[in-house]
Amino acid sequence: MDLRLRIWRQKNKDTAGKLVTYELPDVSPDMSFLEMLDILNERLIEQGEEPVAFDHDCREGICGMCGLVINGVAHGPEVTTTCQLHMRHFKDGDTITIEPWRAKAFPVMKDLMVDRTSFERIIQAGGYVSVATGGTPDANAILISKESAEAAMDAAACIGCGACVAACPNGSAMLFTGAKIAHLSHLPQGQPERYDRARNMVEVMDAEGFGGCTNYGECAAVCPKEIKLDVIARMNGDLIKSTFLTSGTRKMGANATRTGK
Amino acid sequence: MTGVMTLYQTSIGKKVVMAVTGAILLGFVFVHMFGNLKIYSGPVALNEYAEQLRYLGKPIFGYEQLLWIARVVLLGAVVMHIVSAVQLTLQSNGSRPQPYNVNTRTQPAYRYASYTMRWGGVVLFLFIIFHLLHFTFGTVGYSSGQFVNPHSGVYEVYNNVVYGFLNPIVSIFYIAAMIALGLHIYHGTWSMFQTLGISSEKMSGMLRSFAAAFALVIALGNISIPIAVLMGILPLS
Repeated sequence: MDLRLRIWRQKNKDTAGKLVTYELPDVSPDMSFLEMLDILNERLIEQGEEPVAFDHDCREGICGMCGLVINGVAHGPEVTTTCQLHMRHFKDGDTITIEPWRAKAFPVMKDLMVDRTSFERIIQAGGYVSVATGGTPDANAILISKESAEAAMDAAACIGCGACVAACPNGSAMLFTGAKIAHLSHLPQGQPERYDRARNMVEVMDAEGFGGCTNYGECAAVCPKEIKLDVIARMNGDLIKSTFLTSGTRKMGANATRTGK
Repeated sequence: MTGVMTLYQTSIGKKVVMAVTGAILLGFVFVHMFGNLKIYSGPVALNEYAEQLRYLGKPIFGYEQLLWIARVVLLGAVVMHIVSAVQLTLQSNGSRPQPYNVNTRTQPAYRYASYTMRWGGVVLFLFIIFHLLHFTFGTVGYSSGQFVNPHSGVYEVYNNVVYGFLNPIVSIFYIAAMIALGLHIYHGTWSMFQTLGISSEKMSGMLRSFAAAFALVIALGNISIPIAVLMGILPLS
């Protein structure tokens, strides 16, 4: 099939970009979206033009590196990552507009590549558990109910691609931050630092320049890992509790780790 | 209190302020709507209700004391609700300096309510001002001699309402405002549960249904009154 591509071209962080139109004939419906861009880039190189820069790594939908806004939808018309989107979802003669994630906290580095280190800084603020070093813990020494394990795993499925921010009309990172907080909040290992984690991660999230949440639900609709809005409620609850618990009661979480409650 | 102030500095803290003040306002609109339905019991019942309202909390509270406390609390809630909304809107507007060339909403049309919260809120604010000038002060929407201010000691609240809604333009404005209120309440109630961390995977469906039912009850209860007046079900007494 023959396509017309409108692609955001931007030389670097400091220059303004613009949409450039390319005609791309003979695209196979079996190609992935990124393979289609590879073909375009090969042709651009043959013509002596600068290829389109875009992020990608594993190309099997698990690393969270790729991500494009395709015709106004993050990761395009299917609920998956851009690398797992196939050209059979488009028709011969289609015009496809391809833009980078757009957010103040995700500056464009070149063409379709954005800098997502703001996410790393949110993780650094508390997206971990502190563990004492020593011997390997015994398996099943800490019992976790199936319900908690499932909820934690659902939240932990987040690959940090940033589609939630890209899709949100408020440019909010609540689904990402909520997933990271909920993941550890559901597990006994996450209890000792639970409320400080919520406080610290939310403060960094705000400082990075992301917007607030108004529960549009656009984030959950495009999330390739189908993270639900419940993780945001969990984060909100943990943050509110962090306000009303003194540091003494916060330590009660440490007992929960030992008892597994 | 330092904890509360630190919470307020976060975007989620401002949402908590909106949720708590919103809950106060939800309680008010429900009681207000429920009280208004006394109009169907006739002029005597409604006029008596208006009079008794001023003795609310008797014998602990004197004439209009509790009423004024409620007014101050409600005004405070409205101001805090609006201030937080403005702060959050400014934060969100700053989060995407370069807009998309193509922007597609993936959410189904029934989420329309979520896209009308900000402008819908402005409409409701203007409605509240009109509503006070209309039924409370009687300065707009009446021909001379129609409105009887309760502070004269004569309670003609029933006729005040009927005269007010006999003007079809006023009635249409009220009905439109109540549709806006219904949408605002639907998304606001559900958002309140989400913001306060009450919602969860198990409960979100139930809470959404509750929000929809609550919004419908408020909107339909209020809308029924101008329609009943225009249809002649509630004649002047």
